[in-house]
Amino acid sequence: MTQTDGSPFAPHTDAETAAMLESIGVDTEADLFDIPAEVAFDGEFGIESRSEQEIRGELRRLFARNDDLTEFMGRGHYSHYVPSIVDHLSDRAEFLTSYTQYQPEITQGFLQALFEYQSMLVELTGLPVANCSMYDGATALAEAALLADRVRQTSGHRILVPEFLRDGKRSVLENYVDGAGLVVDAYPMDDGNVDREALVDLADEETAMIYAENPTVRGTIEEGLTEIGTIASDTEALFCLGSDLVALSLLQEPASVGADVVVGEADVLGLSTSYGMGLGIFATRDAFLRQVPGRLVGVGEDSDDRRAYTLTLQTREQHIRKERATSNICTNQAWVALRAAMHIASHGPDGLVDLAEDCVRDAAALADRVDRIAGYQAPVHDRHHFREFVVRSDQPADRVATALEAEGFAVHAIADHLLQICITETNAHATDELIAALQEAA
Amino acid sequence: MIYDQARYTEGDKHEPLLSEKDTTTVEVGGTDSPLPDDLTRDDLTLPGLSEPELARHYTRLSQMNWSIDSGPYPLGSCTMKYNPKFTEDVAADPNAAIHPDRSADSAQGNLGLLYGLQEYLAAIGGMDAVTLQPPAGAAGEFTGILVAKAYHDHHDNDRSEVIIPASAHGTNFATAAMAGYDVVELTADEDGRVDLEALKAAVSEETAALMLTNPNTVGLFERDIVEIAETVHDAGGLLYYDGANLNALLGRGRPGDMGFDIMHYNVHKTFATPHGGGGPGAGPVGVVDDLAAFLPSPRIEKTDDGEFERFEPDHTIGKVHGFSGNWLVLIKAYAYIARLGDDGLADASAKAVLNANYLADQLELAVPYGPFHHEFAATAGDRDAADVAKRMLDFGVHPPTTKWPEMVPEAMLTEPTEIESKRTLDRLAEAFNNAYSDTDEAIETAPSRTTASRIDQVSAARTPRLSWQALDDE
Repeated sequence: MTQTDGSPFAPHTDAETAAMLESIGVDTEADLFDIPAEVAFDGEFGIESRSEQEIRGELRRLFARNDDLTEFMGRGHYSHYVPSIVDHLSDRAEFLTSYTQYQPEITQGFLQALFEYQSMLVELTGLPVANCSMYDGATALAEAALLADRVRQTSGHRILVPEFLRDGKRSVLENYVDGAGLVVDAYPMDDGNVDREALVDLADEETAMIYAENPTVRGTIEEGLTEIGTIASDTEALFCLGSDLVALSLLQEPASVGADVVVGEADVLGLSTSYGMGLGIFATRDAFLRQVPGRLVGVGEDSDDRRAYTLTLQTREQHIRKERATSNICTNQAWVALRAAMHIASHGPDGLVDLAEDCVRDAAALADRVDRIAGYQAPVHDRHHFREFVVRSDQPADRVATALEAEGFAVHAIADHLLQICITETNAHATDELIAALQEAA
Repeated sequence: MIYDQARYTEGDKHEPLLSEKDTTTVEVGGTDSPLPDDLTRDDLTLPGLSEPELARHYTRLSQMNWSIDSGPYPLGSCTMKYNPKFTEDVAADPNAAIHPDRSADSAQGNLGLLYGLQEYLAAIGGMDAVTLQPPAGAAGEFTGILVAKAYHDHHDNDRSEVIIPASAHGTNFATAAMAGYDVVELTADEDGRVDLEALKAAVSEETAALMLTNPNTVGLFERDIVEIAETVHDAGGLLYYDGANLNALLGRGRPGDMGFDIMHYNVHKTFATPHGGGGPGAGPVGVVDDLAAFLPSPRIEKTDDGEFERFEPDHTIGKVHGFSGNWLVLIKAYAYIARLGDDGLADASAKAVLNANYLADQLELAVPYGPFHHEFAATAGDRDAADVAKRMLDFGVHPPTTKWPEMVPEAMLTEPTEIESKRTLDRLAEAFNNAYSDTDEAIETAPSRTTASRIDQVSAARTPRLSWQALDDE
């Protein structure tokens, strides 16, 4: 059945419409519009209405045009198995179809879930303040730089980032900080870790923030975090650390290495592969509480002296503070945060640590197998790895990636002769086939 | 109607926190660890609960939460409309769950969807080119203003100001400031619209853009829009359309036809994707031809042989999201637009405007500004709008946005959307009127039938407790 007239989601019968118009005192719906004729539109977008069934078929056929590839891709967007309980509970309409909690008395459920999410981030980062979401890791990093600009004790206007920072992340960062007059400079890497000698030379009183990642975008685990923290504090720059929820479950606690802000990808739990949709972590120290961007859920009491949850410290936000707000963010990723919290809870601490340890073991094991194929060296960096690693190929990397695609695999080609391969529990079943395809393409 | 929300009560709290149900500490590192101890944390302390326990916990939390599927949610400027269920199913298609760095050849399905949505939105807004990358409305604003800045820079035209009406959303001001502009605030004329004389006095060679919401935040269409556009353009500035209120115009007016150069779309408002308790949304940005070269990268084009390709606009500002924005939301928006088509979209706006006018007509509260479209700002007069709103909760409806915009004293900004029936609107009006005419004591102590009674937000902000760890420390 093709819908031809009216919205299927407007319940009005003709009789009700007529009664409502009569009550208002006008003849037609058109009479209610106060749009000058010179800018009025005739309604012809050329969009044909289709039935629910037709659209489901149309989009099923469209998405079937994506090649059915087994992905060994990471670099900021990861695939972990999301248990069914996360889908079923987060899809409950009371969560999914609710709005921001501007009336906390009637939205205690979502507020508590977000408070629990914040608490989980506090545990994972060791920092006492976590907001209830940023759009993604890239915008969270950008907001961290703006926070550094607001709280900086020096005249610094430089943000130092690793030379390996993903292009997309760097571009977002540059777009966000340009208006504040900050500039972004790269420091070199040394075999997949921060080149700390070079960083010491670069960091000076002009530096507002030093950003490092653990794991890095190349999958290496950073071994000099404490020293990086010291370099930052010696120059009175903020130390911002990028990570993700799974890595945080195992790797050094950010607070223990002097991190002032933690950002990164929280979507690694709760979302799985979704064409880059994200959830940004933002956690920081108490001292910067009133400079935090985005929404915070706090605990208060209701008039019956019961514990109650509410959005709090809203005077930081744009709807109150306007151009003096800490950020323009309003709509955030609350539902994804709910899903991440559910996913964390479903793993529990044992499950999270196990999952994270597998990310180390599986990457090492796969790199070892790749290294044994003639024509490849892996891992390129002599470091511990998390989920992913870089491979040097004798053949041009593009050619290898294309050959793998023909065999049903997707990997990153990141430089002329460098591939990057990412393994998690969602593609681990296909490693034998990947190895065979790599052999074929060598 | 009287409403009772679910409560699960244990002493001085409701549903206990996960951490109060279980707290487990595991040691990290040691002999079985794949990493040396100096590269790991010492331990990890989190709740460790079984699946049935978690199912009950989150089900209970959901029952302590209001939603559009629970009942009316007439928050002004938020466009809380029903989120069609089938859009969840199309977004869950496993074939669409691919990595954003996939080659174009191997991602034709996703690129095809993005291309299709770009085309739909361009047609609906009367724009020439669209980016889908911004992950929310405010991110769309920021993208649009960055595009305006890049355009002016490209023409060696350094401008320092963005003009914004006082009644605009707070995001507009914050966006302009983030982009490095000085904000020039424009007061309304006595009818509630842009004061043309004030605008003429405000524009100058420093004007980068005027950000305008149309209909504005009390639902009024800017009748002088053609002259407004001329005024801004004559000064060399650009006209930016805030799409928050686009649900009033579908099929009856297009920003592009009104002289707007840049606009964002709030797909979680106009195109019915779920708000998810605060997000995710999506804030695509449309521009006219002259600005297309500055949009974020990549955009999607269709080749003559029907293939979809990514391309980088010639003078692109780069990226505003790490990857491609809120993909799942974009799928749902496409499905909604396809479901409605031309007639359904126009009818959505017609019924949204009808509903707002009918509801206002049933209220004992005055509505100072009109003729309004899909939303109206009633005034609670000598009553406190926030108190009236709290009392409404007891009657099984969510109240409107309160005390904003400030041009209406004790404002109750109300947007019922097209999804409410006459019967529901009558019930909503009854809740409004009952609360409005209730005793001082009743409205000051409300609500009483929700999970929590009135929450002391002032003391919650004075002593911030933002985690269960903070509660444990007390």
